[in-house]
Amino acid sequence: MSKKYDAGVKEYRDTYWTPDYVPLDTDLLACFKVTGQEGVPKEEVAAAVAAESSTGTWSTVWSELLTDLDFYKGRCYRIEDVPGDKESFYAFIAYPLDLFEEGSITNVLTSLVGNVFGFKALRHLRLEDIRFPMAFIKTCPGPPNGICVERDRMNKYGRPLLGCTIKPKLGLSGKNYGRVVYECLRGGLDFTKDDENINSQPFQRWQNRFEFVAEAVQSAQEETGEKKGHYLNCTASTPEEMYERAEFAKELGQPIIMHDYITGGFTANTGLSKWCRKNGMLLHIHRAMHAVIDRHPKHGIHFRVLAKCLRLSGGDQLHTGTVVGKLEGDRQTTLGFIDQLRESFVPEDRSRGNFFDQDWGSMPGVFAVASGGIHVWHMPALVAIFGDDSVLQFGGGTHGHPWGSAAGAAANRVALEACVKARNAGREIEKESRDILLEAAKHSPELAIALETWKEIKFEFDTVDKLDVN
Amino acid sequence: MPFKSTVGDYQTVATLETFGFLPPMSQDEIYDQIAYIIAQGWSPLVEHVHPSRSMATYWSYWKLPFFGEKDLGVIVSELEACHRAYPDHHVRLVGYDAYTQSQGSCFVVFEAR
Repeated sequence: MSKKYDAGVKEYRDTYWTPDYVPLDTDLLACFKVTGQEGVPKEEVAAAVAAESSTGTWSTVWSELLTDLDFYKGRCYRIEDVPGDKESFYAFIAYPLDLFEEGSITNVLTSLVGNVFGFKALRHLRLEDIRFPMAFIKTCPGPPNGICVERDRMNKYGRPLLGCTIKPKLGLSGKNYGRVVYECLRGGLDFTKDDENINSQPFQRWQNRFEFVAEAVQSAQEETGEKKGHYLNCTASTPEEMYERAEFAKELGQPIIMHDYITGGFTANTGLSKWCRKNGMLLHIHRAMHAVIDRHPKHGIHFRVLAKCLRLSGGDQLHTGTVVGKLEGDRQTTLGFIDQLRESFVPEDRSRGNFFDQDWGSMPGVFAVASGGIHVWHMPALVAIFGDDSVLQFGGGTHGHPWGSAAGAAANRVALEACVKARNAGREIEKESRDILLEAAKHSPELAIALETWKEIKFEFDTVDKLDVN
Repeated sequence: MPFKSTVGDYQTVATLETFGFLPPMSQDEIYDQIAYIIAQGWSPLVEHVHPSRSMATYWSYWKLPFFGEKDLGVIVSELEACHRAYPDHHVRLVGYDAYTQSQGSCFVVFEAR
């Protein structure tokens, strides 16, 4: 039935608060944590969020009547209290599939976390989770290779992979940098990594770094008889330069490149990921800037959303925090978004912060990368928390070894293998961590010295962003 | 007095991937790993190769994967039979996971003599 044009301002809830609505399988669902201005009713604020992140604007406009807006509008269909928090609430919003361009994470985020976050009726707004419908997931490219292919290419099975970031992170010449890569890889690591700040600075231009690193990888591979790789950072100021660097890495026969997906942007990331699939390259993903967006418990975007977006945009490895190291991250929450990276179906589980059932269909999985302030004493906990489909990266915990990076690498490799062997044999590796490491150190002077060096270092601060519980 | 460095020299070692940095396993330790593979529901598989080809993707199968085999004793005797037949080859045990089409476990049990 046709409607009449009635100019003026209507309450958002008249149009966008629909508690009777039953979401469709094809709807994109979002859960926001909303903190409204005082005195504004919850339904009105929640409806405003639905409106401003979909079809609505502040005034009624005549041109709305040229289309069937009921078909396109986002709807707030449920409001829930936040446990232990009186001022905020969860708003669940359903968006029809046709609001989004196929395969475009950029488009989804522009809608869901666009203007609405600056809306005056809100004090804070946080996007907690998105349920991507299968109909949308099937339009996304996803990881260029995935866990199974990466293991096959690198010939690494039955254990987490081991890596490390080259330090100092800035200021080494290309040749010196390659030396550090070589030392780590000959000592037993699978991968080394460009620090995210390394792009193409005056002290070390990218071609120069790529060439020396390629030689280091090749030498280490020949001497150890194992497959090796170094994440060559292709993040650049323009897409053209990014692709030029990726092409050169391929020309040098390197197995893996790297991109910073938040500072580089989703469009660049999706493009590079598609290039990687086409060119047989693995893609390591760094997440600089994420904590600006995800750390505040009431404002921004939760990392589980950013992790889901990365799996859709494409990447074979993604940083997830370490739980035990120097950087923020609570254990249950981390396990929750690690599942989103690796599993084919993740059920709703509030104890892990997952607000929806999420079916990933046939999309390949992404390795979880634990990096930042970890050392050999953390190894048993890391193996227990992250399991085999992970990359454990020790920077200071490799280069800080009194004998140098090669010995540091060997110490970590011995510790890792000892933990995996003990776990497989049915031992409780977190409880028995001390015994397992000290036993392994009997056969490895490198590990014995590493255990002595880092015995007192802990990072015991409470997390800022916790799960909402009473 | 002459200066004496406390820094040790790390010598590069050629290794055969997972568990390559641990001392050789005892028989009981190998049994534990086989039991783990069986308990995970993976199919045990024995492969062997001449050391000159150890970096190749494809090592030769010993017979076929032992699909659904749950008897630890059978796997032990197949490993030993392979080692007897190819004493100058590396022999590895794989826990093959048909669900992920990957190897849940993989390590060398006998290094070439």
